[in-house]
Amino acid sequence: MDELVQRFLAGDRRALARVITRVENRTLEGRDYVRALFPHSGRAHIVGITGGAGSGKSTLTGALATELRRREKTVAIIAVDPSSPFTHGALLGDRIRMQDVTMDPGVYMRSMAGRGALGGLAPAIADVVAVVDAFGFDYVIIETIGAGQDEVEIAGTAMTTVLVNNPGTGDDIQALKAGIIEIADILVVNKADHPGADVLVSQLQALLALSPGDQRRPPILKTIATRGEGLAALADAIDEHRAYLEASGQLAAHRAEDARHQLMAITQQLILEEIRKAAPEVVIATLTERIASRELDPHTAAEELAARVLPRP
Amino acid sequence: MSTATATGKIRVLIAKPGLDGHDRGAKVVARALRDGGCEVIYTGIRQTPEMIAEAALQEDVDVVGLSILSGAHLELFPRVVEELKKRGLDDVLLFCGGIIPEEDTEALQKLGFKAIFRPGTNTQDIVKFVYDNVKK
Repeated sequence: MDELVQRFLAGDRRALARVITRVENRTLEGRDYVRALFPHSGRAHIVGITGGAGSGKSTLTGALATELRRREKTVAIIAVDPSSPFTHGALLGDRIRMQDVTMDPGVYMRSMAGRGALGGLAPAIADVVAVVDAFGFDYVIIETIGAGQDEVEIAGTAMTTVLVNNPGTGDDIQALKAGIIEIADILVVNKADHPGADVLVSQLQALLALSPGDQRRPPILKTIATRGEGLAALADAIDEHRAYLEASGQLAAHRAEDARHQLMAITQQLILEEIRKAAPEVVIATLTERIASRELDPHTAAEELAARVLPRP
Repeated sequence: MSTATATGKIRVLIAKPGLDGHDRGAKVVARALRDGGCEVIYTGIRQTPEMIAEAALQEDVDVVGLSILSGAHLELFPRVVEELKKRGLDDVLLFCGGIIPEEDTEALQKLGFKAIFRPGTNTQDIVKFVYDNVKK
């Protein structure tokens, strides 16, 4: 077996970091690492923490890790920040807010850039999560900016999704209406020492009261992450949610759904790669131009491209 | 500028060891490297050598850039290098910047710093240095 995999399985953190890089780079070699390590995954509880920019997600994530360490659990953190769509570079600053835990041998923290991955960010994250899970952490926390489809899909990987809100940002309720609230298993009102925290809590309660009565109502918790306040309650709520998922049979259903998502996403990606191999860039460029000049519609063009790898009916 | 595709991005850690709290220079460099297509991990001010080396390990970076203005580089930089080596990270590309007297150049080169960028440096030179020297 590969020497790196052996070191990984022996608990070498450098090997973990190296494997993540290879997996993140979506190379063929990276796939082999996922293949080798996947059988070791499936034990960690995967928590997603999402919320707007400046909501205090990073600080909350660091404080949650501290609380979980107090409970003698090990924690891996994957903090995702966007890549520039123009330069593909990224500035990853989440470690700044997690200084307290980054020297703890029971914590591994990794910054990840969105990279505009082919086939979406979620499959790339799912692979990285499987790898850190296989390393043997009790909890894996994925931190993302809660702003769109990617986050909803990442929530699919997480078993428990925590949505972070702040008082005094009136648009939050609007954002919630747009659909993000449905993915939340726990609602957190962070910066609860700021004015308007209680108003926001009642607004959230009112919003949840509109959901059908037979559904589980996500708890609403107040935290002040910078002071570590409310974190014990958050850790309890995460464990309670896990227990609820297990007791209701939803954990198994969640795993099945997640597996299906991954299967479809990776298959889609493989087909795209085949098309890229079968069609030289000039063919794609020509089709693109023809669509842009309205000479060809996008559906016909895509069928033409797909026909290079698909058998004609 | 960016020639790297979605695979194999250059990962750079920009860190400030020691107690000086002025990180404008570090942020300017971080931003220039980001705009140059790198993935830059910035850890903030007041980092110990252990924190810097541990971040480099966990983030699996190709490059570590240290910024210092306090004058303590000859005390702190050798300790960062030592902590990196202790963790088996002897193949990362090292550079540094800040207020660093000319007479210290040789000592820092011996420590393994491939470049020293002083005030007035064109940030594009730093980006070029990184792309020219990272083994990918």
